[in-house]
Amino acid sequence: MQSDTPINTKPRRTLTERAIKYGFLLLMAGMLVFFSVVAEGFASPFSAVFIFQSVAITGILALGVTATLVVDGFDLSIGSTATSSLMLSAYVMVVLELNAFVAVVACLILGAVIGLINGILIVKFRVPDLLATLGMMFLLIGLQRIPTQGRSIATGMTLSDGRVTEGTFSPAFLALGRYRFDFFIENLVPVSVIVLLAVGVLVWGFMELTRHGRLMYAIGSNARAASLAGTNVNRYKVLAYMISGVLASIGGILLAARLGRGDIASGNNLLLDSVAAALIGFAVLGAAKPNAFGTIIGALFIGILLQGLTMMNAPYYTQDFVKGAVLVVALVFTFAFSKRAGAH
Amino acid sequence: MQTIAVELSDITKSFGENAVLRGIDLELHAGQVTVLMGANGAGKSTLVKILCGVHAANAGAAFLYGKAFRPATPAEAIRAGVVTVHQSINDGVIPDLDVASNLMLDHLATPGSGFFLRKKNNIAEARKIAATMALDVDVTRPVSELGLADRQLVAIARAMAHKPKLLILDEPTSSLSAAEAKRLFELLDLLRDSGVAILYISHRMSDIRRIADRIVSMRDGKISGVFNEAPLDYEAAVRAMLGHGMADLDIHIPEAGKPVMQLKNLVLAEGAVPFSLDLHSNEIIAVTGLVGSGKTELAKVLFGLAKPHAGEMALHGAPYAPASQAAAIAAGVFLCPKDRASNAVIPGFDICKNITVPFLPRHARFSFLNFASEHKTAQKTISDLGIICQHNTDEIGSLSGGNQQKVMVGRWLAESAALLVLDEPFQGVDIKSRRDIGEKIRSTASGRATIVMVSEIDEALEIADRIIVMNDQTMVGDHRNEQADLDLVLAQVVGRQNNLIGNSKNAI
Repeated sequence: MQSDTPINTKPRRTLTERAIKYGFLLLMAGMLVFFSVVAEGFASPFSAVFIFQSVAITGILALGVTATLVVDGFDLSIGSTATSSLMLSAYVMVVLELNAFVAVVACLILGAVIGLINGILIVKFRVPDLLATLGMMFLLIGLQRIPTQGRSIATGMTLSDGRVTEGTFSPAFLALGRYRFDFFIENLVPVSVIVLLAVGVLVWGFMELTRHGRLMYAIGSNARAASLAGTNVNRYKVLAYMISGVLASIGGILLAARLGRGDIASGNNLLLDSVAAALIGFAVLGAAKPNAFGTIIGALFIGILLQGLTMMNAPYYTQDFVKGAVLVVALVFTFAFSKRAGAH
Repeated sequence: MQTIAVELSDITKSFGENAVLRGIDLELHAGQVTVLMGANGAGKSTLVKILCGVHAANAGAAFLYGKAFRPATPAEAIRAGVVTVHQSINDGVIPDLDVASNLMLDHLATPGSGFFLRKKNNIAEARKIAATMALDVDVTRPVSELGLADRQLVAIARAMAHKPKLLILDEPTSSLSAAEAKRLFELLDLLRDSGVAILYISHRMSDIRRIADRIVSMRDGKISGVFNEAPLDYEAAVRAMLGHGMADLDIHIPEAGKPVMQLKNLVLAEGAVPFSLDLHSNEIIAVTGLVGSGKTELAKVLFGLAKPHAGEMALHGAPYAPASQAAAIAAGVFLCPKDRASNAVIPGFDICKNITVPFLPRHARFSFLNFASEHKTAQKTISDLGIICQHNTDEIGSLSGGNQQKVMVGRWLAESAALLVLDEPFQGVDIKSRRDIGEKIRSTASGRATIVMVSEIDEALEIADRIIVMNDQTMVGDHRNEQADLDLVLAQVVGRQNNLIGNSKNAI
């Protein structure tokens, strides 16, 4: 396991190491060039924005998954947290007839509370992370249907007490899903893309630049050693699940704003897509560990591939297959070829 | 006079550059309990792993009743008649299955033993095995309902179902009470009489006195002593295991400063004898004793990982009872834990990040890390301790064991401590690194109290101003490291002369 490289030389990367480090980004660049040549209209600002928009909500959730992966945890409840937040925002505005601000705050609190409960289940009651968040996932899928007897929420629906809902999604809330900022071209960049980039920068900065992020990575790598170095392991684990819950609720808010109704059936794919993006992120720059930059690249990679294939008339039902294939290749990149993975 | 069951000749084994076994010659006799003693890292477990087929020897030969024995897998070793009961009891049993299934498990796993379970048959067969083992349990009960001793006996009975020629027991009593251990010994007496060769690995003197027909001591990958003749010379066996090659290090004992940490009537475990101890600044205390003597418990109590059973601690005269590791660190009490792989190394981090992890606030402003300050500290640690690496951003896993340990020690030397506790800092470390680490600990010792837990007396002599001996969770000896009476130290380690506390203080 020890490298026998001579002492006194600066570390130099071999060709394989370079390939592992930059391979994934090169592959993505190659894919961009390929689709630009082959698929007409692919290389346009609108297409680029479309790709970003298609991965924005997944990407935000994936950053939450990343936060839990960093502390060697896992959040399976992230998709259902997002849909719960979607339903809650619709309920607050349509049924309770409150304003957009209240809806957003309620959703963020919901996300934080779900994360807190997940964290407490895991650190205090010692439920394994996968099981705790799986239980939470089921619980939320059920919970979000109870207030409306399993129906989607829309203006004009009849409630169980015979009352007809009169509230509407406020224009300010809908703007979160529909407003587009000017960027060289008028009405180009949607709010969700800006949110994705902002959340990405925040999570990246927190994980890479602050001591809290460093300690979370230490916990993920060897929790016992981190604890013996004086780290409050439980507190950071709970924090990770709360970050995950809040980011999921942001994803849910954006989804609600885009749909304009409390659609019970939306968001089915959110969990798997976001987990895939976070895991693909392991392969980016040879990190071999969860990281915010990689996660966003992972999400974009899938987005580009799907957009390109769609423009080349690949049928929609091949999408999940393509995502799965990318994930498997990325995982092989990470675990079979990476030096870090082989070192222990 | 007895038949030789197992014969090993010139077995060697190394992992990379680290030679773990350097020529083991050993005979084990049928119908005899041979106790194998050795400090951490002496090579005991590697030897056992070679016998039970987990590792292959690099060179040398092994014979089982005259036939060459070179198992490639644990299953092969079991079929040949070498059966091992491992230290962790639950490795030997499947808790969710009943006793009968556990006893018959290896039979079930044998290819060609039939597809369908024959439950009645199994239970009858299991009862037979239980009866021959004097194992008095209901074989239809799940193992999870049994106590530790019964589980251990089931594991051994299961091993016996193979009709072994050699039975290896790795610290079988480490989690048993005295009464439970008694039952185990009765079973072992039975097995011995039936002609099985038993290799028994233990540190507990009481076990060894009870069960040993013969003692073999290991040290540094070699057999350092074989004791055959009754009455067995236990002290000589321990001496052979711990050794004291009289390291020619000139220890200059500095003037001890004020007491930093005062322990008053401290009781580490229920029923243990209370003891008091003052740790002074400028002073390095080595605590030595066998595994389970209370060294690690003392380290844990000092660092707030465990509460003392009774007694008081005072740091700089004020009561000290840290609620958490963070509180201990904040009070200036640092612990460099033993077993670096599971307790200290953060494998995902490079050298620099491994060094700075306990004191990150020192390298951060408003929580944002100052990478330049981290690298400066890492660079200083690397040059101070002579860590051999290419750059401070190398993976920690690319370093040798000794260099990894330097990083772990250097981590805690980066800030000044009131009390520095080092638990087995020389575990799995080559001689050169051991010297480097020891010198560094000595050269930085002024201004703080230092306490080092070591299992080898050599290590204590190399590093300490004062040597404390522990036995049975209490302090049994206190020696100034200046013409210390080594025979007395050894006697206290073995635990025969508990009444001689502090007798060699007259060397002052």
